[in-house]
Amino acid sequence: MSLVDASGAACKPLIEQFQYGLDAPICLTWELTYACNLSCVHCLSSSGRRDPGELTTAECRALVDEFERMQVFYVNIGGGEPTVRPDFWDLVDYATAHHVGVKFSTNGVKITDAVARRLAASDYVDVQISLDGATEAVNDAIRGPGSYRTAVRAMEHLAAAGFRGFKISVVVTRRNAGQLDAFQAMADLYGAQLRLTRLRPSGRGADVWDELHPTDAQQRALYEWLLRHGENVLTGDSFFHLAGYGTSLPGLNLCGAGRVVCLIDPVGDVYACPFAIHDSFLAGNVRQDGGFARVWRSSELFAELRRPSGGGACSACSAYDACRGGCMAAKFFTGLPLDGPDPECVRGHGRTALDAVATGSVPKPSRDHSHRRAGPVPVTIGRRRPPDRACDESPLAGMARPGR
Amino acid sequence: MFDLDGAWQLDERVSVRPERFGALLYHFGTRRLSFLKSSTLLDVVRRLPEQPSARAACAHAGVPDSELPRYRAALAALAASRMIRRRT
Repeated sequence: MSLVDASGAACKPLIEQFQYGLDAPICLTWELTYACNLSCVHCLSSSGRRDPGELTTAECRALVDEFERMQVFYVNIGGGEPTVRPDFWDLVDYATAHHVGVKFSTNGVKITDAVARRLAASDYVDVQISLDGATEAVNDAIRGPGSYRTAVRAMEHLAAAGFRGFKISVVVTRRNAGQLDAFQAMADLYGAQLRLTRLRPSGRGADVWDELHPTDAQQRALYEWLLRHGENVLTGDSFFHLAGYGTSLPGLNLCGAGRVVCLIDPVGDVYACPFAIHDSFLAGNVRQDGGFARVWRSSELFAELRRPSGGGACSACSAYDACRGGCMAAKFFTGLPLDGPDPECVRGHGRTALDAVATGSVPKPSRDHSHRRAGPVPVTIGRRRPPDRACDESPLAGMARPGR
Repeated sequence: MFDLDGAWQLDERVSVRPERFGALLYHFGTRRLSFLKSSTLLDVVRRLPEQPSARAACAHAGVPDSELPRYRAALAALAASRMIRRRT
């Protein structure tokens, strides 16, 4: 065994070590706000409206201080749309001044010409533009009207400012799975790097997963495309379930949740991964005594995730050593047991398992910050009934009906 | 071939975080990670700037001669990924 692993992607196999966890995460996602100007149909954090309990500027700075002490090398900032926070640029500057690199995901809404020039001047900031279609029609059907033009304008600004190697981040869906070459051409055009990630049934993604997750044929084609282009394309290690086809793709072929990965949400809640915003994967909150470091190092949930686990129903499968049973969040939000096959298992075991999931037993996301729907609302919903009696002004008065 | 008799140091843009298996290195310029899979190698890397040569750094870290080829290969990998560079 060599003494050094110099990785091309962010993570490289060191499974024997990583599965027991690290002193600090490698891939830390920090969502700064639930506010977003868009309403993408597959938003994994069900974002839209700001939460009144979001971390203040002072709390965000204190968290950066903690990252610096823990030597968290860089954070992946997202949201919501992080750049709509008025203190966003201030926080980016604060992080980089404290030796915490920043990669932030944006739909491009605030990437003006001037901002692009500023970003291009920093070694410590990387930008990821979200785009879910190589054409306006495909993209805007997922991300909303005007979102394609917003992203393209942002990419033009970045390219013109000389920002080389920013990321174009694509969630692979049934609609865009045939556009991989077009996305690559776009990345080449702007001097950017392509990043492809997996559609998860998390957040609002649960509502559209059935119709948008790639077909079997698309999965196979994606796998082959990644084998051909993998060294130049980032994946966030999100396609390791495809390793069941044979050859492992570059990257960490292991669920990193709680081991090398975690999510800090806008109100400071720490989850095992960005795709698992649910109370079942909530490890603690950065506002608690001991802060983030204590949550990372001593939460019971993370300790559990770091214990070696058997393959469960998958252990008899010859592909298990390669795919490791796939993605925890994808299983959870489709109602599958965590020690069974991934819903998109390339051997087809997921489909069989999905057929056995009882209707109504699929967990719902614990948070929803979606924009309230525009348009007319039936007046019977939300209209307040008069109190049964004057003294019945209790929250429970008149609520003896079934339901929540 | 890595020059064991040259003077080396960590790149200024590299951050080192000790871990139970050795250490993690992150280069802010290339945005790449490297894993040092032994604490002895971490010791070698840390001694580079104060020693006249990489060979001397290995000796002070207690690397036996029989192990020197492995450490040489590891240092070569670190130089190739720009984690360490020649001291000027």
